[in-house]
Amino acid sequence: MKLLTLNFLTCARKTCKSTAAAFPLHPKEAELEQVEMDMNPLFITNMLPRLEWEAMKTLTTELGLPNLPAEPPSAEELADESGEPTQTLKDLHTLLMETSIASGKLVCGNCEHEYAVKEGIANFLLPSHMV
Amino acid sequence: MAEVEYRGENYEEQHVHTVYEQIASHFSSTRYKPWPIIERFLKELPAGSVGLDIGCGNGKYLAVNPSIFLVGSDRSHNLAEIAAQHQPHSVVVADILDLPHQPHCFDFAISIAVVHHLSTPERRVQAIRSIVESLKPGGKALVYVWALEQESSRRGWSEQDTQDVMVPWVMRGSKKDHGDRHEANGGHSHSSDKTFHRYYHLYRKGELEQDVHAADGCVIDAGYEKDNWWAIAEPTQR
Ligand SMILES: [Zn+2]
Repeated sequence: MKLLTLNFLTCARKTCKSTAAAFPLHPKEAELEQVEMDMNPLFITNMLPRLEWEAMKTLTTELGLPNLPAEPPSAEELADESGEPTQTLKDLHTLLMETSIASGKLVCGNCEHEYAVKEGIANFLLPSHMV
Repeated sequence: MAEVEYRGENYEEQHVHTVYEQIASHFSSTRYKPWPIIERFLKELPAGSVGLDIGCGNGKYLAVNPSIFLVGSDRSHNLAEIAAQHQPHSVVVADILDLPHQPHCFDFAISIAVVHHLSTPERRVQAIRSIVESLKPGGKALVYVWALEQESSRRGWSEQDTQDVMVPWVMRGSKKDHGDRHEANGGHSHSSDKTFHRYYHLYRKGELEQDVHAADGCVIDAGYEKDNWWAIAEPTQR
């Protein structure tokens, strides 16, 4: 599952869901893979304000990926004068859309429950005693 | 009906989840054409919109608009695996009543042919609450459920019929013609055919809107299309 997904996931337990500690989930023993994908500059540009930059910074650090800049790039940094995508946008595409967790675990920072990721698919079904 | 007492999570495990897990690939091969209202809802979303497809099945709606991002979820691992092939989106295995998403965060959500599989009135309202809760203020959710009123369909149910039904799914055994589905008692089933029964609650006119209100949503549009009731809901402003 691509890294962008982690921006939209938290712990499935009701008691965790609205706590700040549950987001983002922390990758553990994560096996990464690069999956090539067509770049959609308009999508990246429009989606950027929805990105929790602090969370993405935490994730890249935890996954041992190159550090993100302290602040999210502005819209002007994503396209050059002729409207072509800049390297900044290309890098975001590579990080968010092409970098994927193939397997591992996602750990809740609040309750410490671990969700398994297998073949790129995370499983959020809770054992019945945890629902 | 004494049987009603036993409905709930375990009942759905047996009469919905286990069935989908077993029929996943055959089911998927019969589900490829998006319905027009759903297609339009997704196509009208501005580029960069982020939303959920709750109970995404084989993910046929993930392919509609490549400029939005969808996190699909399904209770069936086998269906999620099929759905995950639709890039650039993502798919997780999750339960509609315990979704792994931040509340009040998404631009839109769709939940197509899912809520009717929950087996008590409370759980259906809870499911819709779960959908509506995921939306940011002004976000929109499109919900589709099977209608009781389908006199013109080959199933022929009408207002007088019971709303809680078991619907057969026939998986052809040896025959080559996969994708052809017929009633269990249609008279021409083969011995190698396997019939599965899924639980459905068939919605009555007006019932979906009621459930949306009970789930703190407001209905901004609703209608009937090909044996289904649908509604577009927004979170009620507080
Ligand atoms: Zn948790």
